[in-house]
Amino acid sequence: MAVGKEIRSKIKSIQNTQKITKAMEMVAASKMRKTQDRMQAARPYAERIRTVVAHLAAAYPEYHHPFMEERPVKRVGYLVVTPDRGLCGGLNTNLFRALLRDFKQWHDQGIEIDACVIGKKAVPFLKRLNVNVVAAATNLGDMPDPEVLRGPVTVLVQAFQEGRIDRLYVACNQFVNTMTQRPVILQLLPGLPDEAEAEVQKTHQWDYIYEPDAHSLLDMLMRRYLEGRVYRAVVENMACEMAARMVAMKSASDNAADLISQLQLIYNKARQAAITQEIAEIVGGAAAV
Amino acid sequence: MAMTIHVDIVSTSREIFSGPVTLVTATGELGELGILPRHSQLLTRLKPGPVKLRMLNGEEEIFYVSGGLMEVQPHVVTILADTAENAGNLDEAAALEAKRHAEQLMADKRGDYEYARAEADLAEAIAQLRTIEKLRKNRH
Repeated sequence: MAVGKEIRSKIKSIQNTQKITKAMEMVAASKMRKTQDRMQAARPYAERIRTVVAHLAAAYPEYHHPFMEERPVKRVGYLVVTPDRGLCGGLNTNLFRALLRDFKQWHDQGIEIDACVIGKKAVPFLKRLNVNVVAAATNLGDMPDPEVLRGPVTVLVQAFQEGRIDRLYVACNQFVNTMTQRPVILQLLPGLPDEAEAEVQKTHQWDYIYEPDAHSLLDMLMRRYLEGRVYRAVVENMACEMAARMVAMKSASDNAADLISQLQLIYNKARQAAITQEIAEIVGGAAAV
Repeated sequence: MAMTIHVDIVSTSREIFSGPVTLVTATGELGELGILPRHSQLLTRLKPGPVKLRMLNGEEEIFYVSGGLMEVQPHVVTILADTAENAGNLDEAAALEAKRHAEQLMADKRGDYEYARAEADLAEAIAQLRTIEKLRKNRH
């Protein structure tokens, strides 16, 4: 029957879209489990190194590391962690909105910004804002390699050491649960995490025995700490990405199903109207004869 | 009851060991370290090599650490390893192969960077072999 050809082809195309979103939903769901496991696995290291850094803050070291000293702020660095791919709901938009708010504050104070990108999605965003991008690591794949992350982290840490930037932040998404991801911007440098400082209670004076020497050891420890923190941000962001994509694709599939049922209804009505009309015509024709 | 010290060995990707032991032996930057409970606070870099733990029942467990940091508090030892492995999982053939490869690279010197890298690889391979050796001695 010639009736409703457009509607039928429309239904067909929505069905195809639905197949794709359904498949993406399932892929994201299975990947989410893996990324969550990885996030859990990275936790012990992060916790232990935080404890060590907290101990260090509790000790009375003979040597104060430059990473712990506040300086007047002239230029700030941002490490922006985003996924490589889109189609994950409002995940990126929310993070960018939080970043924009921060950037505006710095801009109002006349402070310039250097940024470093991990994951493709932030690149066009920062380009549009004319932010100076100093390093980038993209196409991380599903298994982020700590070695690949080391590059961009080193660039910013060096910039901090040489006094080119006075603060370093990391912007990423925090995994609350499958339905909720929160964009956060944390200060990495200078200084210790607030959580670490809260745990410390200063009892009596003591200091470590350093082997070989305090300077290089603390340097190494702080660097490990930063790398660990960034690694964790990346892994967590990945779990967020998968969770957000799963939810987004699920609602896309549901929407497609709704659309299909509406269109089906319209199509059936049109078909029925056509049949009724045809019968009416036949009856009318018969009556005329 | 024997005095014990709590040991945590973690690498960036996972936790490898956590529990009470009576003695920790590790290869520090400045030499072998034996750590008993109530050791004073110490922070040291670790060289690639075995970490030996003496368990409460007197048995020994050996882990391989490719370098990292060790923090000692009187009752807690934290080993932040770059990568760590239960010594039993080490592959002797692979370690030997890596050693041979590194030696070969060092033989035909090509630029400082590659030389330094080959040297580091060689040190790691030797450390792995040393760990395997130790493990074997333990079993006999």
